[in-house]
Amino acid sequence: MITLSALSAPTASLPTAPLAAGHPGFLSPTGVEIVFLLVGLVTLGAALITVVTRQLVHAALWLVVALGGVAVEYLLLTAEFIAWVQVLIYVGSVVVLILFGLMLTKAPIGRSPDADSGNRWIALTVSLAAAATLVTVVVDAFRATWIDLDAVAGAGRGSSEVTGAALFRHWVLPFEALSVLLLAALVGAIVLSRRENASERATRRTTEQPSPQSPQSAQQSGPKAPRAGER
Amino acid sequence: MHLAYPAVLAVLLFCVGLYGVLARRNAILVLMAVELMLNAVNLNLVAFDVWLRDTLHAGQALTLFTIAIAAAEIGIGLAIVLLVYRNRGSSDIDRLRDLRESGGPSGGEPSGGSRDEKSVAPATDNDAENGSDQRVQGPAAGRRHA
Repeated sequence: MITLSALSAPTASLPTAPLAAGHPGFLSPTGVEIVFLLVGLVTLGAALITVVTRQLVHAALWLVVALGGVAVEYLLLTAEFIAWVQVLIYVGSVVVLILFGLMLTKAPIGRSPDADSGNRWIALTVSLAAAATLVTVVVDAFRATWIDLDAVAGAGRGSSEVTGAALFRHWVLPFEALSVLLLAALVGAIVLSRRENASERATRRTTEQPSPQSPQSAQQSGPKAPRAGER
Repeated sequence: MHLAYPAVLAVLLFCVGLYGVLARRNAILVLMAVELMLNAVNLNLVAFDVWLRDTLHAGQALTLFTIAIAAAEIGIGLAIVLLVYRNRGSSDIDRLRDLRESGGPSGGEPSGGSRDEKSVAPATDNDAENGSDQRVQGPAAGRRHA
């Protein structure tokens, strides 16, 4: 504990030197912290309802609240561009995709009694143990760490100008690789969700199982065969 | 602002998502829980970027990459779930037990197993059976005529 805080204290005091002397405590929170805490509670509650509700469509709608709350947290952390990207991509497209998926798999409207599987208590134990361990470690490690939000906001670090400059100066190669990955995902989704029509299926069958007849005559005799049976 | 606030919030969001992934039965709800976990990671990245203030601007750039990868993941995942639903008639992940060993310890619910086989049976192409019947019938009819 002592070593962790001793390790984190000098790195925290690197950007602004006088932080080590007058360190703000948890009992005198600033306004940003109070807003962050309230929005965080709303986000956490929405996430909990998303995970435990038995109405599938309501789960998707509570996911909107949780993702919007995370976007507000980004705004409070002075990351404006990330916040609007979060609103655009998550709230705008991912949730719509999820709602389409719920609709196309004929999810039941209303309460579905079997939304949770049988291992709910094991899952609860695992997640509570993970939460306890991680919260203990994180609080011990970053108890004395202070983010100077005014200096960050003054430098404009979260603006789209700074983000764009960093993205296209230092991160160009990962950006391009990511565009190739998105293209591959697009093509893969199209290939997966495409229905193959009857003619393609017939040609594939004739190539897989070669019959003595030629494929053209097989296709022609297909509709005629029931008539031959009737005779 | 204390770094502990966003870090603890990210931890709690991640654990809520972990519970959702482990406890949910519908595959789309599992995907939603995965989105919650990815959002926890994004929140951590942004908070540590604001704290460290490195010259590469690594945290926010990696957050953008994570958001793009999450969009690709949800697209592919939903396509796979729709394909499974179209072939099996159900997207419940604990009823997709084709690959389990027959003498497994769980044994499984008999209703789930029978529902599996029932839903697999119509999924085999009707055209395939008709086609093979026709192909068998064709030479037989010819023989009868001869």
